[in-house]
This record gives sequence, structure tokens and C-alpha cells, in this order.
Amino acid sequence: MYCHNPDTIDTVGGKPYEIEELVDMVLKVKPYFGKKGGVTVSGGEPLLQSKALVPFFKRLKEEGIHTNIDTNGRILNSFTKSLLDDYADLVMLDIKHMTEAGYEALTGQRNMKTALTFAKHREDSEKAMWLRYVLIPGITNKPELLHALGEHFKDYKTIEKIELQPYHKLGIHKWEALGWDYELKDARENTKEELDAAVEILKGYFKEVKVN
Amino acid sequence: MEVKQFKNGIWTKEINVRDFVFQNITPYHGTYQFLVGPSEKTKNLWEVCKVATKEERQRNGVRAVDTETISTVSAFEAGYIDKKNEVIVGLQTDELLKRAMKPFGGFKVVQKALQEQGVKPNDNLTELFSKYVKTHNDGVFDAYNAEIRKFRSLGFLTGLPDNYARGRIIGDYRRVALYGINALIEAKKKDLENINGPMTESVIRLREEVSSQIKALNEILELGAKYDLELGRPAENAQEAVQWTYMAYLAAVKEQDGAAMSLGNTSTFLDIYIENDLKAGIITEEEAQEYIDQFVMKLRMVRHLRMSAYDEIFAGDPTWVTEAIGGMFEDGRTKVTKTSFRFLNTLYNLGPSPEPNMTILWSQELPQNFKDYCAKVAIDTSSIQFENDNLMRAERGSDDYGIACCVSYQSLGKSIQFFGARTNLAKTLLLAVNGGRCENTGKVMVEGIEACDCEYLDFDKVMANFKIAMKEVARVYNDSMNIIHYMHDKYYYEKAQMALIDTNPSINIAYGIAGLSIVADSLSAIKYAKVKPVRNEEGLTVDFKIEGEFPKYGNDDDRVDTLAANAVADFNNELKQLPVYKNAEPTMSVLTITSNVSYGKKTGATPDGRASGVPFAPGANPMHGRDCNGAIASLNSVSKIDYKDSLDGISNTFSMVPKSLGSNEDDRIDNLATIIDGYFSRNAQHLNVNVLDREMLMDAMEHPEEYPQLTIRVSGYAVNFVRLTREQQLEVITRSFHESM
Repeated sequence: MYCHNPDTIDTVGGKPYEIEELVDMVLKVKPYFGKKGGVTVSGGEPLLQSKALVPFFKRLKEEGIHTNIDTNGRILNSFTKSLLDDYADLVMLDIKHMTEAGYEALTGQRNMKTALTFAKHREDSEKAMWLRYVLIPGITNKPELLHALGEHFKDYKTIEKIELQPYHKLGIHKWEALGWDYELKDARENTKEELDAAVEILKGYFKEVKVN
Repeated sequence: MEVKQFKNGIWTKEINVRDFVFQNITPYHGTYQFLVGPSEKTKNLWEVCKVATKEERQRNGVRAVDTETISTVSAFEAGYIDKKNEVIVGLQTDELLKRAMKPFGGFKVVQKALQEQGVKPNDNLTELFSKYVKTHNDGVFDAYNAEIRKFRSLGFLTGLPDNYARGRIIGDYRRVALYGINALIEAKKKDLENINGPMTESVIRLREEVSSQIKALNEILELGAKYDLELGRPAENAQEAVQWTYMAYLAAVKEQDGAAMSLGNTSTFLDIYIENDLKAGIITEEEAQEYIDQFVMKLRMVRHLRMSAYDEIFAGDPTWVTEAIGGMFEDGRTKVTKTSFRFLNTLYNLGPSPEPNMTILWSQELPQNFKDYCAKVAIDTSSIQFENDNLMRAERGSDDYGIACCVSYQSLGKSIQFFGARTNLAKTLLLAVNGGRCENTGKVMVEGIEACDCEYLDFDKVMANFKIAMKEVARVYNDSMNIIHYMHDKYYYEKAQMALIDTNPSINIAYGIAGLSIVADSLSAIKYAKVKPVRNEEGLTVDFKIEGEFPKYGNDDDRVDTLAANAVADFNNELKQLPVYKNAEPTMSVLTITSNVSYGKKTGATPDGRASGVPFAPGANPMHGRDCNGAIASLNSVSKIDYKDSLDGISNTFSMVPKSLGSNEDDRIDNLATIIDGYFSRNAQHLNVNVLDREMLMDAMEHPEEYPQLTIRVSGYAVNFVRLTREQQLEVITRSFHESM
């Protein structure tokens, strides 16, 4: 409902690339990765292409490149599992909402459970994960939701940090350009106090809370 | 008071500042947290300067000018900003921001500059220079032949230092602090005794030059006396070291008004004295910073008298007081010291500024804390630039060097360079499709290029013609350079600076080119698309119709990037074949200053689809808006130009919007430092970094009074944005601002 890159949602269109073409593109920019850089697949939902991502990530690992998936965790098939277990150095998992109804209201889909199962699978792989959570005043920033989020994940050992994404309206014009209805038009941006309050709650559960 | 705990070495037996620094440096790996703000004295002083610079802007760029005195090292009485607050003293004239006449480059230029201010030189001087005294400019035009004049007036060669001083020479100003003037005079006298017959022309010339240098050293002593400074002896503490070094530099900018008057690499040297005094408990960090703040403040107040036409090639009244900061010693130790940080800290203590032109000698091996601080300063101020220390040390051989002007390596005290502005390579390419005729006037510039009347341009034919054109343009360019430097030595010799350089130093002649991206894209269009020239009745091209797509320089596409790299290599090879005055070594740069606007004006439509009169991209930059594959692809393209083919420097000016670097300060710092590491690991040479929003620049155009210190990197230097002409401001705004990596 609020994706800031709605132009990447459509699963038809785009430009097809061979795996090796992509690897070549990555190698050209490898000197700029430094100690922390690498490849992040994002979207839309990158795991819609999970089958193709397996050989791509495999090649990147051969080249010694750090790999990262930015996902909402709603796809958990054998390819996704292979990525989670073997090829993704980092997973950035977007938790949309902590109630199934709220999740559906925001995304139009009942995927909260899948996302949580996805997180559990990653936890079992013992590899690094960051959580991401979009903070929308009146919708996702209620204290009980933030506590629920913390309670659910507080014992996870693979979670290095949680990143809060304060809701912003920068994407609205893109929705309009695509001729779509932007249903969150009435939502407003967070005040500093709201941000601080959310950070305070989550600090009780997570090692690091970062506001993007 | 005397504190002398210096480690001895070669430097105690011969004049060798590099060895002194090498033996005595205290490299610093820590963070910037030790830095302090400006002292009360500094703040008071800076307020006076701010008022003065405001008056200067209000008076059309010149606050005051002297019409009576020929500026020499010791011509003016002592001048102060506000004596009681000054811990470092010395002004170019007897009054803050008062400009002085330096007529030996060319008297007509001085007359013109004064006339534009509504004044004229003292009548005696006018009579003297019109009847009895010859200048550099007079000499050059006595010797120029018809061919050189034609290439110059039609814009194939532009910005040549034939009516202004050549600059670029960097005196080793540290020598005055380390040895004192008396010892330097003794050493030069000894050199002179050893220059003997047979008295060939070069030997006679050298004897005359060294004698002039000794006179200049005596003049520096006089200058010091006016400020009650005993410059005859070495500096004995940190304050004196800064003061002595500044006096040496001041002597240079009193005598010469070269386009670029670099400072060298003083911060690491000065740090040794500061460390000594701090350790001995003689000074505090506040005082250490105060010396540097006030030194830098003085450097910011350097001015030369220029005529307004000068502004077209060097916009914003730059002085290029370029200070190289950081870098590594060949033994793997860093040259970063606390004073490297203190220099950068002046951009906070006094606010952003284009001068001094602070240049970070960047190596992947620099201490991470220093890298992060440099990135922070670049993001906060857009006032600094970066050059590849690993590359220059490896290719050029010294780890004790400064940057002449914008991008050019110059080992300190051991070598100099002859500045040569640049040739217009895009116009040279147009000769290739116009039968050797100038595209604007139809005048034949180069013989032996056959007229091409085919419907579409043929790549192989154009390339063959282009090579003939390059060979001929290089020949005329070289002729003009030899005349210019012969005459400059003869009539406007830099005796005060040369006195601080080894006798008979090595020399490189600094050629340059403009319009590289236009040439690359034009050749690419001819090769990969179909280009149909539109010709007027005289058969000269007035437009080009392009059918189909072609790869453009700036997108990391080898097909076109190779064309750019080859054009640089080819022209450099032509220049290398030619004989040079004083046997200087030919080198070349890809650098435009702000002349990319005026070069564009003088150049007709080009086969890449650029319309007649449109500005070029600056330096080695891709053309505005054509590098659309992100910042890194753009950097990768420029990095493919081989430094070996362009040893005088390859300038890349790079603008990013802040959010493209990350959402918070830590990420932005981290990412910028990583980008610079990445770019230089590909053996790129230079990067100007702007982190700015275009909207802010547009606002500054409308409300200049609100942005008095807004600084932006243009091409190897930085300017006060509000001092650019509207046309130049617009050109800066149309440049690519990368919004994604």
C-alpha cells in the first residue's frame, strides 16, 4: 500500500539478463564495495525469482562477494531455503505488521505467518538477519504492536539489528504516475516524539535499533 | 625558549626538507576529537575579513587597488588586518584586500584591469613601460609568428600564459623556516661559484638566474624586517615556523601573480614544530589551532589584480593556494599528522572556502580515521579535492610533493613546471571533417587533409584525418609554449620562488587538452551510429544528423571509453616528439578550469550531437547528462584514461546529492570514503567531490547574499558559488548530479 518503488512491483516487463552478465556488472563495481559493500537483491519482491537467484548468488560467493536479500519473507520454497541456508550472507526481512488482520490491511495478503516461519528458518540457519519495520503513525506504531514484535523476536540470536523506516510520502507521485490509487494518502509522517517512543520500546528487545 | 630536539640526518648536511620531515614526523592515527574551535583573536580577525570581503563583492570584486607602486617582495610597508589580534602577520600590500600592480607579465593587462576599476597607473610608470621597459607579453608577441597567432585567435589554443604570469611553480617555502635565509644565501652562493665555463647560453642564463635568486633572498630578509621578523635565522618554535613559512610564500605572491600559486605540502612539516612545542608544554592545542587558523586566513586573503576577461577562463577570482595534505612515505608510514586535521578544521572554524585549495593525497593505506574525517569535510563543505597518492608516488618517484594548480604533481624544491593552458581537442577533431579548415571561419589551419564530401562520415577516414590534425596542432602548440617560457624566464623570472628550489631543477612542460568527452562521443557516434554532416555553402559543417544509437563516454562502456583513452594517448604521443625549451619533459593534462564554457562558445556543432556554442564538460568529465548509468559507471569510465598518457593530471569533478550517499551521516562518510578508495584502486588520478542539492544552488543564484561562503568544486579548484557569472552558475547547475550509485 505504501511501497516507495511501485514501478518495481509489476512482475511482467523488466529486462532479462543472463547470470554471467549480472556477475560482470557486479565485478565492475567490486572495487567500490569496501569492507561492508556487496550485492543486495531488492524489489518488489526479489524472491519471486528465487530459482534464478540460487545460481546468481552461488557465482557471487565464488567471487568472494557479500550477498544480501531484502525481502518481505512471503515466499518460502526449496530455492528460498537454499538461499537462506547456503548463499545469502545477510537477510533483511521486512515485517509489515504483527497482526494477521493488520498485515492483510496493509498488503492485501495474509502472509504474516509465512514471514514469521521464514524468520524462524533463517534463525535455524544461524546466519545473520536484520529486521526492518515501517513505522506508520496510527497504523504500525502502536505500543502493543511494537511489544509484540519485540516479544516474538527477543530470543533470536541471528538478528543483529532492527531498522525502523519512518513512513514518508516521497513515493506518492510515483503511484500517481502509474495511475494507481494511493490508499495511504491520509497517513502522516512521524513526529520526533513518536520516533523516539518507538525506539525506546524496541531497545528493550533488540541489540541495536537504527532509524533510517 | 629554544626547543631543539630534532633528529639529525642528511638534512643537516644539505638542503633537504624532505629528509627533515622523514626523520622527525609524528604520524597520527587517531580521530578528529582533539580538535578545538577558533580562539577569540581568530574570531575577531575573521570578522574584519568578512566585512572586507563583503565590501569587495559590493565594489564589483575589487576592494582597493594601488596605482603607484610596482609590487616586489619588499615594495610595500607592513600591513595588518588588526595587529593586536594577529599571531601570524603579513599582507601582500599595506592594506587588507588591496591589490597591487605586477606589470612584468604585461603592462597592458595591468592598464586594462585598472581602467575597469576607473583608475590608471601612475603616469611615470606608463611612460616607463611604454618607452623603456619590456615585459613578458611584449617579448612573446615579438616572437609569435602568423601561424601561432591564427591558432590562438581562432580558439584552437586558448588561455595561454602569454599575457599573464605562468604560475605553477612551487617554491619550497618550508626552507625559510628550517634553514633561515642566511643559510639559503650561502648555499646559493656556493652553487653560483660552481657554475662556470665554457660560457654557453644555458650556463650564462643559469648564472644570471642564481644571482637574481640571491637578490630575492636578500629582499625576503628586508620584508621580514618590516614586520620585525629575523628571517635570517631558522625558526625556533611553532609560531615562528608558521610565520617564516608564510613570509616565504608571501614573498612569492608579492612578486608574482601567476594563475596558480600553490603552497606545497606544509602541514606535515609544521606539525613537527607544533608537536615539539606541545610536548614541551610551551603551547596549548588552542594556540596550535590558532596559528593554523590565522595562517589559513591570510592565505584566503591573497588577491591578484586581474582584468575581467580573465574571469572567462579562471572564474571566481581563484588564486590556487593549493596545499597538499596527507599521503604516505615510501617506507609505509603515513604523512598524516595532527596538523593535517588542523588544516581541515579551518573549514569549520572559519567556514567553507575555496582557498587554500586543500588537496588530500589519498592512499588506501591512510589511517581510517583520517579518511573518515576527509569524507566528512567533503560532505559538509564541498571544499576539498582528492588525488591518488599511491599512483603519483609510483609513477613520478617522490613522496615529498605538492600539487601545482589543480591536479599536477610537483616534487618540492627539486622540480618545477612550465604551465601551458590547453588546446581545444574538439575543434581539432572538426578540422578532420572540414578538410583542415576552421569550422567557424573557413580559414585553412592544417594542410594535407582532404575534404570529405561523402554523405555519412567514415570512421577510418575521420580517424586518419584526426591524426594528421593532432600532429599539426601539437606542433604549433609546442612552438607557442617554447616562446612563452623563453620570454617568461627572460622578463618575469620567478626569482623569489626559484631561490627556494634547487639550482637547475628538473622541469616538465605542462600541456593540456579540453573537450575530451566531446571527442570520445563524436568518434563513438561516427563509429557506432550513422552521422550525416550538414554543410553550409562553403562546405563547412554547421550541424550533424545522427541516425541510430551509440555508446556514450561515462557509462563504463569499453567501446567508447577506449576511444577517449586512445585520443589522450595519441595527442600525448604527438607532443612527446617535439623539442622543448630547457629540455623540459613533456607532460599533458585533461583539465579545463572553468574554460569549458568559453571553449564551448568557440566551437561549432560536433558529431556527437552537441550544438554550436554549448559548453564542454569540464576536465575529463563525461558530458552533462550523458552519464546515466549511475555514479560508479561514470567514475569507471574516467578511470580508464591512463595516467601514463596524462602525467600532468586527469581532472574529474563529481557531484552527488547527499541522500545518494546514505540516509545518515555515518553511512555517508563510510560510503564516500569507500567510493574514493574504489576509484583510486582503479588507478584514477583526481576527484573533486561536491555533495550538494541542485535546489540549494538555484536558491543561491536568486539570493546570493544568503550564501556568502557557499563553496563548490568546479575543475581542480573550488569557487565561491556567488562569485561566478550567471552563465557559469547555470553551467554548474546543468552538470550531472548523481542521485544513485
